[in-house]
Amino acid sequence: MEFKETVYTDTDRCKGCGLCINFCPKQAITQSEHANAKGYNYVEVDDEKCIRCGACYRVCPDYVFEIR
Amino acid sequence: MKLKAPERVTWTQSGFCPGCGHGIAFRLIAEVMEELGLSDKLLLTVDVACCSLAIECVKYDTIMCAHGRGVATAIGAKKVRPENPVCAYLGDGAAYSIGMAETIHTGLRNDNVVVITVNNSLYGMTGGQMAPTTLPGQKTTSSKYGKDPERCGMPFNIVDAYQGFKIGYLARGALCDVANINKAKSYIKKAFEKHMNGDGLCYVELLSACPTNLNMQPVKAMQRIKEEMVPYFPLGEFQDNTKEKKEEE
Repeated sequence: MEFKETVYTDTDRCKGCGLCINFCPKQAITQSEHANAKGYNYVEVDDEKCIRCGACYRVCPDYVFEIR
Repeated sequence: MKLKAPERVTWTQSGFCPGCGHGIAFRLIAEVMEELGLSDKLLLTVDVACCSLAIECVKYDTIMCAHGRGVATAIGAKKVRPENPVCAYLGDGAAYSIGMAETIHTGLRNDNVVVITVNNSLYGMTGGQMAPTTLPGQKTTSSKYGKDPERCGMPFNIVDAYQGFKIGYLARGALCDVANINKAKSYIKKAFEKHMNGDGLCYVELLSACPTNLNMQPVKAMQRIKEEMVPYFPLGEFQDNTKEKKEEE
């Protein structure tokens, strides 16, 4: 499916709490093996599975996600 | 659908723990302010405790008050700047423990301020001690065998306490899943709209997770709100009154 928007992640902000992974309806988000500058394993979005619903944006306490 | 958190909260990184509800609450406030076009005018008073970490990560004119006096400071700010929206942002320890007098007397006088209380059922910053909102049987660092309601009382419920008063707006939301977060935003938006109309005290309580002090994974701490906290703290809008304006002579 084609979407106009893309989900961008600001990995430096991520604290690896895993809320977005739990609330994603399509299981499109996974925790990366790599850590960011703060030492947290940041999250990655699978563009193929993502339906741009914005659930991750709404539950994220650290404003990692941006849909544009 | 384009979604981007307002620049006023994203301009720097916050010091909150991973999975803390404060981050979500501040995004809701910032989004509501942007939608209502009040971003430049908002005066925010934050209390001592975890909410005070916000003072360096939100771009609003902010006062950090003495502990528990967030509401009193907000009333003072509103008296000298009646055209600005004034919001007091507190935790449950500040609002229902040390600042109980301020909370009750504000309701009694029906002062025109917005109060947003984040209830996580314990004292967060000091290390997870028992608070007036702690649930019966909940284990905290100062109640190792679980809270005994016979000795320490039942969880304090602001809806019951304000039942006898007629305040502008009283609602309780939960930051526990996408639907409830959206609902909490609508409560905050309504509170600010009513506040700008001069309808008196607009009080919004938000149930929030504290994964660090509950020793839980963030996801589990959020599920706990729905399973354990909501039976004691029912959600919804409880009071919605309008104030009749006195005609100026």
